[in-house]
Amino acid sequence: MAIIGNPKYEARIDRHLAKYETKRSAVMPLLYIAQEEYGWVNPEGIREVAEILNLDPTQVKSIAGFYTMYSEKPKGKYWLQVCTDLPCALQGADEFHAWLKDELDVEEGGTTTDDMFTVEHVMCLAACDKAPMLQCNFHYVENLDQDKMRGLLAKWRQEAAQAANGRG
Amino acid sequence: MHILLRGRDIENIKQLDVYEAHGGFVGMKHALAMTPAEVIDVVKASGLRGRGGAGFPTGVKWSFIPQHEPVKFVTVNADESETGTFKDREIMEENPYQLIEGSLICAYAIQAKAVYIYLRGEFWDIGDQLDECIEALRAKGYIGENIMGSGYDCEVYTHLGAGAYICGEESALLNSLEGYLGQPRVRPPFPAQKGGGLYKEATVVNNVETLANVPYILSEGAGAFKAIGTEQSAGNKIYCVSGHVKRPGNYELPMGATFRELLYQHAGGPLHDDRPLKAMLPSGGSGPIVPLSDEVLDTPMSYEDCANIGTIIGSASIIIMDETVDMTWVASKVTKFFKHESCGKCTPCREGTYWLDKVIDRILDGRGSPDDVKRIADVAENMAGTTLCALGDFAANPIIHTIRHFPDDFAQHVTAQAADG
Repeated sequence: MAIIGNPKYEARIDRHLAKYETKRSAVMPLLYIAQEEYGWVNPEGIREVAEILNLDPTQVKSIAGFYTMYSEKPKGKYWLQVCTDLPCALQGADEFHAWLKDELDVEEGGTTTDDMFTVEHVMCLAACDKAPMLQCNFHYVENLDQDKMRGLLAKWRQEAAQAANGRG
Repeated sequence: MHILLRGRDIENIKQLDVYEAHGGFVGMKHALAMTPAEVIDVVKASGLRGRGGAGFPTGVKWSFIPQHEPVKFVTVNADESETGTFKDREIMEENPYQLIEGSLICAYAIQAKAVYIYLRGEFWDIGDQLDECIEALRAKGYIGENIMGSGYDCEVYTHLGAGAYICGEESALLNSLEGYLGQPRVRPPFPAQKGGGLYKEATVVNNVETLANVPYILSEGAGAFKAIGTEQSAGNKIYCVSGHVKRPGNYELPMGATFRELLYQHAGGPLHDDRPLKAMLPSGGSGPIVPLSDEVLDTPMSYEDCANIGTIIGSASIIIMDETVDMTWVASKVTKFFKHESCGKCTPCREGTYWLDKVIDRILDGRGSPDDVKRIADVAENMAGTTLCALGDFAANPIIHTIRHFPDDFAQHVTAQAADG
């Protein structure tokens, strides 16, 4: 599918375009829409955002590259970003991050072979009193330990399996 | 008493009817009955200072806006990204209408056309909640045309960033909002001036906590606010406590309460009773670190008193470390943060953070020399004051001040290496 002409996004795109004084200001919200549609900010998404905003695709790509929340490569179904900044590290976040990578058998920034999970560390997420914590597909999961995390991984695997069955 | 974290006192204050039943929008009504200049005078008289870190007097900032300009904007800095800061998040999650009311009062005071709330990208759920609040206010006639029958029109919008600390710097935030790279601008012109703000129009940029104080000031009066805190630091402040304490979290106390009161009475003291506290970063990664001596613990948390102990209160993101923490490791952690977050525009910051990180890693690995410690101090000294925005200074602080206060923590790594040799 595409984002241009896609009824799923039409109202949202119009709302963003109406918010700002210039079309260019809508580049960030539109990149999120492209990422939602394609799972990452791919060349097709860049081209479509550029077309909507009358920008050159290179200009849009430079914005996508500057910010860490736009992914320029495909990610797993669950994108796990563990905060390992100083306050979280004082509460064991480095050890938690290392354990999680071991548990899922992935390298930093890597994705599991079943394309379910991508794990990477990120800078401060403004949840320092609830460490260790992570962000899963832009939603916060806080006060983690190994047991709680194992439970969540199992739950997410189950949800993904159910969704796949539902589609089948 | 909470002025800001009222979500803790009043159940469901995030619902508009509950917020209004507890004094919500009284301040806005008072403001609309005054002239814009009178509103600015009230905020000036309250002594409110910017809560994002710099502590600039809020009313004075508003008064810089040229009233004759036809188009003006308010931008709310909700890009809360300083290491150790999580206060704006709680305000927006639990008491969102108070932020929007404060923003609207500011907008009226400068006669702004619109308010843009710039949220850090990770605050996706908060953005959705604020959008719902905005729609509820629009339906009531509190946002849009002819607000509360006053004849004043103003829109409020949210905008999500996408993961860049630098966008908390006001000129980078404006660039980001305009769809450009989030990099700082050359000043002057300043945001308050024509040519320097959003879409080149005069713009007030204020932190979330700053604006959330404004409804109280307008409803209770400047005197009531000024009566809280110290002479130069009026009002309450939210202190974000993290690290080695028993009860990390947000604590709203008057400015001028001591670090000891915050850390021992409220945050429960050291996480481990047998491990004394060693050091504190009172303003996240960016402010000077201080040893937790009795003198420091008894210092009032105000703009003026923190200067006397060689640090700043800043955004009051207070990171506590006990005796087990190696300050070389702290310097490394904070340097990695700034290396990642440097936007790359200014050479001293871009190259300085890169080389600092490399050399500190070498020291931590036991491959460093005593000269390396001098070298990083020298690099940091040469970054400070040489960049367009404060990130260059922020990145220099952890190096300069950890070495100054904890030289033995560095020496242990390099003398071990010398002994091995």
